[in-house]
Amino acid sequence: MKKTSPSLLKATLAIVQKDLAAEFRSFELISAMLVFSLLVIIIFNFALELDIKTRQSVTAGVLWTTFAFAGTLGLNRSMAVEKDRGCMDGLLLAPVDRSAIYFGKAISNLAFMLIVEAVILPVYSMLYNVNLFRLDLLGVILLGSIGYSAVGTLLSTMSAQTRTREILLPILLFPVAIPVLLAAVKASNGLLAGAEFSEILTPLNILIVYDVIFIAVAFMVFDFVVEE
Amino acid sequence: MQPKPIALKILDVVSIISIAAATYLALFFAPTEAVMGQVQRVFYFHIGTAWVAMLGFILAAVAGIAYLVTKNMLWDRFEVAAVEVSAMFFFITIALGSIWARPAWNTWWTWDPRLTTAAVTELIYIAYFMLRQGIEDPEKRARFGAVYSLLGGLSAPITFMVIRLFRTIHPVVIGSQSAAAQGGFSMTTNMRTTFFFALFAFTVLFIDLIWHRIRLGGLEEKVEQLKLEASI
Repeated sequence: MKKTSPSLLKATLAIVQKDLAAEFRSFELISAMLVFSLLVIIIFNFALELDIKTRQSVTAGVLWTTFAFAGTLGLNRSMAVEKDRGCMDGLLLAPVDRSAIYFGKAISNLAFMLIVEAVILPVYSMLYNVNLFRLDLLGVILLGSIGYSAVGTLLSTMSAQTRTREILLPILLFPVAIPVLLAAVKASNGLLAGAEFSEILTPLNILIVYDVIFIAVAFMVFDFVVEE
Repeated sequence: MQPKPIALKILDVVSIISIAAATYLALFFAPTEAVMGQVQRVFYFHIGTAWVAMLGFILAAVAGIAYLVTKNMLWDRFEVAAVEVSAMFFFITIALGSIWARPAWNTWWTWDPRLTTAAVTELIYIAYFMLRQGIEDPEKRARFGAVYSLLGGLSAPITFMVIRLFRTIHPVVIGSQSAAAQGGFSMTTNMRTTFFFALFAFTVLFIDLIWHRIRLGGLEEKVEQLKLEASI
């Protein structure tokens, strides 16, 4: 007997495909996030006296601040677009499990964040003469972005439905995402400073734990956030 | 408005007496600490308020889950009360901690993990209220509030645990003595009595305030309903 409604995986992938296709046609999200990130990095150059010594110690912080702010931009816009074009109602009417919407949006938000990060890392390396092309650092950035995007997608769904909309997302997101930023910066710092693996293992574990917990919670709770 | 229940009237009196007694114990009964001197007395209230703030935090998260499961607005009222009272107590904790820190560490504030968690938790509370303010529909407000208090309730302990794993200068009075933690002290009997009584007094006060806030929440709902009816 043929299944009438698509499986969770198929629905999720369909939503990811829709978001990526829409984005690659207009590039409005990624270009905004990219330009914003570049400006933030440049501002940091003037805000902090980044001589060679200081650079080593603040690189992780500057990077993650940039990713956090740019990520907020992307999360906000991604949800706002759904609401503006009425896509959200369409998605909710579709005969799929609501969690497909959550996973689909979260994955596409993650994809946008990763694309921006992939551009920012070489730019930062070049501007500040720091080698950021390390597999382990990329791993930490991936884990951190996953956690940030997981919570951010849920919270942006909520904030898009309030009166204050976009302004509210950073206020909601940053306090809850502090463990991610804390652990990611600690781990990145450790890696860049050449610390022992045992020291990096702790923040790494925290990142993984956070990711698992919050993906699970967000997935369970998403239904309550989108029901009309 | 329903008249104040007898139990609440009694609780009001009991909490006032307990706090007064705790104040007396902290200021006069407890001995002066050897190293820090008189400023250490702040510790009794600091821990008292910190304990109830954490309690309120957990209660808010539990109430959030309860609301999402039962959809009973009473849980929402309880959750708002817990968050509001807890936010106030947390602020007092931070203020008292700063007062203690200035003579002890020669600074009002430090980005020590436990303090950072306190600041972050306070920000979660503020964000909670900003979220609720931006929503008109009471049912949606309750839903979103419940989700956020759940998220906050999960995230703050993780932040705290991250902190425990790294070095701290915040005194570790109860629990394992980390070599890097300075300023910890072991308590004499009198101190212990004062300490536990302060915890008890603040717990009583906490229950009292939450009860009052829940009653206030009921009134708020009535007002909102009246406003809706008047506008139709």
